[in-house]
Amino acid sequence: MYNRGFRCDGRMRLDYRPMEVETDVVSHASGSARLRLANTDILVGVKTEIDTPYPERPREGKIEFFVDCSANATPAFEGRGGEELGTEISNSLATAYQSSQTFDLTALCILPGQQCWKLYIDILILECGGNLFDAVSLAVKAALHNTRVPKVKGACLDGGTVDLQLSDDPYDCCRLDVSDAPCLVTLCKIGDHCVVDPTAEEETCSSGSVVIAITEKSLVTSVFKTGVGSFHPQTLIDILKVGQTIGLSVNKALRAALLEEEQQGRKKECFGFLK
Amino acid sequence: MARMDLISFKGLRLDGRRANELRQIRCKMGVFSQPDGSAYLEQGNTKVLAAVYGPHEIRGSRSKALHDKALVNCQYSMATFSTGERKRRPRGDRKSQEMSMHLRQAFQAAIRVEVYPRSQIDIFVEVLQADGGNYCACVNAATLALVDAGIPMTEYVVACTASLANGDVPLVDVSNLEENSGGPNLTVAALPLSGQVALMEMSQRFHLDHLPKVVECALQGCRDIHQILDQAVRRHTEMSGSALGWGNRAQVDL
Repeated sequence: MYNRGFRCDGRMRLDYRPMEVETDVVSHASGSARLRLANTDILVGVKTEIDTPYPERPREGKIEFFVDCSANATPAFEGRGGEELGTEISNSLATAYQSSQTFDLTALCILPGQQCWKLYIDILILECGGNLFDAVSLAVKAALHNTRVPKVKGACLDGGTVDLQLSDDPYDCCRLDVSDAPCLVTLCKIGDHCVVDPTAEEETCSSGSVVIAITEKSLVTSVFKTGVGSFHPQTLIDILKVGQTIGLSVNKALRAALLEEEQQGRKKECFGFLK
Repeated sequence: MARMDLISFKGLRLDGRRANELRQIRCKMGVFSQPDGSAYLEQGNTKVLAAVYGPHEIRGSRSKALHDKALVNCQYSMATFSTGERKRRPRGDRKSQEMSMHLRQAFQAAIRVEVYPRSQIDIFVEVLQADGGNYCACVNAATLALVDAGIPMTEYVVACTASLANGDVPLVDVSNLEENSGGPNLTVAALPLSGQVALMEMSQRFHLDHLPKVVECALQGCRDIHQILDQAVRRHTEMSGSALGWGNRAQVDL
C-alpha cells in the first residue's frame, strides 16, 4: 500500500493529521498554548523572570526549554521514566532556537550587562500519538506568540544593585516576534519512502527519521536524525528538499490560525480542555 | 504580615463568595483516548487532569503483587508553570510524594480492590494551574476518571477544604489567597452518601470547640460537590449512550 502512496488511515504520504491549537489556556503563565494533533496533546506554558545576562553576551536575554513527559501519556513515564525522551526533545529545541536569526534575544534585554528577561518555556506532554517533535515545536511557537512580557517602567540604581519597576497594568506589555521561529518537521522512513507526521504505529515500524527545523523564510536551523536505521546520502538530500516545502506550508498554516484566533479578541470563548 | 479580613462585614469573601459557597466547578470526562479513563476538572482557577490506567498486570517487581487485592498506585504531579513562582521539578519532591500517599489512602477506601487480585490500578494526576484546594480538585478529578475507566467503587470519593474566618465563621472551599493568609485549613476526603471520612488533614490551629462545625462545613461541601459530579457523570453517560444507540431515552433508567 505504501508504494501507491496511501497510509493506514487513508492519508497520502505528505499529509498532516488535523490539528487544533488554542492559546491563553493557563492564566498563571505569561503565555500558553495547547496543541492537539489527532492523539498527540501538548500543553506549553511560558514564564518570564528577570535574570542577569551571560557575560559574553551582555545584550541578550535567555531562553530555557524544559520538557516534562506526564504519566498521563503512558504509565512508563511515571516518576523519572520520561526523562530521557524529555531531554532529547528539549535539547533539539534548544539547538533549533540557537541561531540568532530565529528568535531575537536582544529584544529580551533590559539593561545591557545587568538585567535581562529569561523565558522559561515549559512543555507538558499529555498524550503521545506519534510525531512529538512537530507538535512540540508548533505548540512552542504558538505559546511564544501568546506571551506577554511586562514593560519595565523605571529602574533605580541602589548601591550597585538595580531595582526595576514593572508596569502595574496587566495589559501594558510587549509581545514577542515569532515570525522567524522554527518549526520541526519529522520525516519518517518506512520501507523505501518517507512519510510526514507519522502515527505511533508508523514510528515503531520505521527504520529512522530525519527532523528538520525550518523557519518561514526557508532557513534551516538544525537537522538531525533519530532512530536506528541508516540513510543513503541521496535519500537524505531528497528528504531535505521535501521537508523544506512541507515546513513552509506548516509555518504559514500556524500563522494563519494564530492570527484568526487573535482577531476574535475578547469575544473568544476559552475552552481549554472542556471541549 | 497584615492579616486581611477573610470575610467582610457584609459577609463576602475576598473573591465575592459567601461563607458556604463553593467555587465554580466545570468538568469533562473522557478527555484522552489512550488512558482507560480520564477526566478534567476545574474548581475556580484550579485546573487538574486525571488519568487512570488499569487494572493491568503489576509493572516492575512481581513481589509487590497482593494475592487477594489490586495494588492502587497514585502519582501527584504539578506542571512547572502551575504556580505563581515557577516550580523547578514537577514531581519527586517531598510534597508531591506526600500528596501521592494521601491520594492512595483516599482511594483505597473506596475502590473495590478485592475484585482484581494480583493486578495494579494506576491513578495519575497532573495539576495544570494551582489556586488552592489542589488536593481536593485532584481527588474529585480522579473519581471522575475512575468512573470513566469503569473501575468498581463502593462510592464516589469527594474532597473539600474548609477554614475559619474571624475566629468563628466556617468557610468552605478555600482559594490560594485565603490559604496563605494564615488561617487554619482543614482538608477532608469523604464518601458522601455514607458519611464516612477517608482522609482528614488540618494545619495551623484553632480552638477545639470550633472543630465540629468546621468538619461539618467541609462534609457539607463534599455532599454538594458529590451532586455536581454525579450530574456530570449522568450527563456524560447519557451522551455516550445515545451516541452508541442505547435505545429510547425514556427507557434508560438512570
